[in-house]
Amino acid sequence: MRNLSARVRGAPGRLLRDVSLSVAAGEVRGLVGESGAGKSMIGKAVLGILPRAVEVLSGEILLDGTDLLRLAPDDRRRRIGASCALIPQDPLTALNPSRRIGPQITDRLVDILGWSRTKAQSRARDLLAEVQITDPDRVLRQYPHELSGGMRQRVLIASAFAAEPKLIVADEPTTALDVTVQKEVLRLIAGMQARHGTALLFVTHDLGVVSKVCQSLTVLYGGLVVEDTAVRDFFPAPAHPYARALLAATPKYTDPGSSLVPVPRQVLDGIQAQVDAADRGWRHG
Amino acid sequence: MQLFRAVILRLLTTAVTLLGVAVIVFVVIRVVPGNPIAMMLPPGATDEDVARLTALYGLDKSIFRQFLIWAGGVLQGDFGTSITTRQPVLGLVLGRLPATLELSVMALVIATLIGGFAALTGTRLRGTRSEAAIDVANGMALSVPDFLWGLVLILLFGVLWPVFHISGRVTPSIELPFTTDFYLFESLVRLRFDLWRDIVSHMLLPALALAIPLAAIIGQVLKQSLKETMHLDYVTLSRTKGYSETHVITREALPNAILPTLTLVGVQFTFLIGGTVIIERMFSYEGLGNMAIDAVINRDLPLIQGIVILFAVIFTGVNLVVDLAYAALNPRLRHG
Repeated sequence: MRNLSARVRGAPGRLLRDVSLSVAAGEVRGLVGESGAGKSMIGKAVLGILPRAVEVLSGEILLDGTDLLRLAPDDRRRRIGASCALIPQDPLTALNPSRRIGPQITDRLVDILGWSRTKAQSRARDLLAEVQITDPDRVLRQYPHELSGGMRQRVLIASAFAAEPKLIVADEPTTALDVTVQKEVLRLIAGMQARHGTALLFVTHDLGVVSKVCQSLTVLYGGLVVEDTAVRDFFPAPAHPYARALLAATPKYTDPGSSLVPVPRQVLDGIQAQVDAADRGWRHG
Repeated sequence: MQLFRAVILRLLTTAVTLLGVAVIVFVVIRVVPGNPIAMMLPPGATDEDVARLTALYGLDKSIFRQFLIWAGGVLQGDFGTSITTRQPVLGLVLGRLPATLELSVMALVIATLIGGFAALTGTRLRGTRSEAAIDVANGMALSVPDFLWGLVLILLFGVLWPVFHISGRVTPSIELPFTTDFYLFESLVRLRFDLWRDIVSHMLLPALALAIPLAAIIGQVLKQSLKETMHLDYVTLSRTKGYSETHVITREALPNAILPTLTLVGVQFTFLIGGTVIIERMFSYEGLGNMAIDAVINRDLPLIQGIVILFAVIFTGVNLVVDLAYAALNPRLRHG
């Protein structure tokens, strides 16, 4: 993604301010920031599901060298369907309650990629086994309400990997889950990603999660990239003061009382100045 | 097993409902002014004649006794004899029922097609001027009652541009080879498309008059419900799979959006059947509703009772069908 800017139609400010980031095949990139920093917006832009009110002002989204934004809408959605996938945030609402699990995993393979039904079916069975669902054949015939939240998230992960996509966007995939299930699901996603060699953009606000599954990291504030680094380098010494403050604000289970450090005032002022500077350049250009 | 219990329970409550309806109708039509005997006798009949006829029809007994006699007959399948035509009520009513059923079902089908199409198109084109136009048309259709639509349609397609029949159920000169009273259905089964066209040409305007307000309601509720569904995560997920907007609406959103609409359609369909009374009169369509008006004018007490009971049976039947359809469409209820 290069220099992507977007705004709410008719609004003066920008949601995304010249955001550039890249995810290589086999890489897991964490995308962190506060609520409203624009991290989900980036995931949506990549997948072509930006809300109607949001318009892309400039920049490009490159997938294997093709700019998705330049494709005709129908080509774009087919291209995205064939080579990108989403692991959604809330497994309880991300499965259609009136359709069986099986078709919800295989529909893309059959309708978009033109697989035969039997081939898609056996692929779905293998994937469910891979996400450690014990009785895949039964689950394929079941409806979402018959499965637990953790099971549904496994189904969604399996479904995301179904078409062997080049890129998967995971939009806070563990936020809605029970703490006990979170770890398991994380391990599952990381394991699947490693086996399939997929590029994974991991949207989250949890730096702890980032340290466990990601290799590189982009920190976003107000739609502006404030830090873009390898996880290896980030945790010992974040470069940007905001990133440092964010890391300091991460709760530590060992000492819960002391850990709730707010981001210092001067850091926020500094970062706001940076945002304003970016916008000045934009208005002139 | 659970379904079986639900149906039994439903039948029991239906019986109570029907009893209540029977009592109310029975009492009301005997308490309001107007006397069937007076309608039957020629002017100048003596008091003696009146008394003799009153006794003949059992109208001199107390309302309670009359009810017991009538209810006893009903339980044995005897709904009494029509005072004006002197024929068994049951035969008369069942003879007219198919005409009304065909008309109502045709209206329902038209309403579902128009309303469904409006809702889907409106959702597909949301945010555009076409959507606003559909909303305006919907509002207009909704704010005019069915009998006014009837008048408008008669004026447009019966008088100004007479392409459809506006009176009766079939052209009287046509010889009908039918064994049942379901003309529309039987003409199709017998592949008599000449007759079918004539029958449809008679039914279309009254059916349309009944259908337009219902179509507007279906369009509005379904569209609203689709709108809410379109924001849900599984719809978004389906978009990322590469599906077109049309596919997303019809395959992902529609099956879930249809449920709240279904309940409403059930209720509205019973109103539509009620509407047939006026519409049938307006189009001289030989159905139950038209017969009901004649029966009331003539104070034909047994016939009124029979028709009202039949309407009540239809209403409860429609509600039962809606509930069953709801269970069939909603997997959470089917297995629950």
